[in-house]
Amino acid sequence: MINKHDDIIIETLSRLLTPFIQAFGLYVLCLGHYSPGGGFQGGVLVAASFILLVIAYDIKEAKSRLTEKWNIVLNSAGVFVYAGIGLLCLILGANFLDYSVLSKILPVGPEEARALGILGVEIGVEITVAACLVSIFLDLASRGEHEEALK
Amino acid sequence: MIWQLDLVLLSLVVICAIASITVKDLLSSAIILGAYSFLMCLIWAEMGAVDVAFTEATVGAGVSTIFFVAAIYHTTRRTKD
Repeated sequence: MINKHDDIIIETLSRLLTPFIQAFGLYVLCLGHYSPGGGFQGGVLVAASFILLVIAYDIKEAKSRLTEKWNIVLNSAGVFVYAGIGLLCLILGANFLDYSVLSKILPVGPEEARALGILGVEIGVEITVAACLVSIFLDLASRGEHEEALK
Repeated sequence: MIWQLDLVLLSLVVICAIASITVKDLLSSAIILGAYSFLMCLIWAEMGAVDVAFTEATVGAGVSTIFFVAAIYHTTRRTKD
């Protein structure tokens, strides 16, 4: 609907807002231990900033920042981080996703290893959710052709 | 919990739910569903489930409304029935 060179207010405002939304997504991820939030909500916020870019500009501008190949790589990298941390705990001799055993390879105690382990899992969730929502939106908005969004 | 606020929010949620399935324009139906999600977010926050409220605000009101609007662009805007 909204083309490039259509409205300078929408363009400028979305360009200014996008880094702040992404920074808030990372804040929600890092403060997920102590306050409401976590990997899923942070990933949705990062994806929403990208969707704002697609709506305000067009799909080519957005794909010059995140190509389809990188989107697929990020989509699987998050699952890899999640399952990799789980399997690492399994290899080190504990249950799946039992983070306290990570203190054998990290220079911290078992309690701190639990906090670091769940932070790593949340990072994996954030990456996958952000990439997955962006790819769902791009396919839905452009009939899977990735030429023009919302036409 | 404040029961007056609860009553107002719950009645607004019911009104939004009924309006979103009776309105003929699909685009306004999607936007009313977004308003429904924001009201549900207020109810969750008022009941003390702030994490669920946050998820409802980001996923329910933010991203799923955009998905509905993107899907409606590929179909007709008015329903037949």
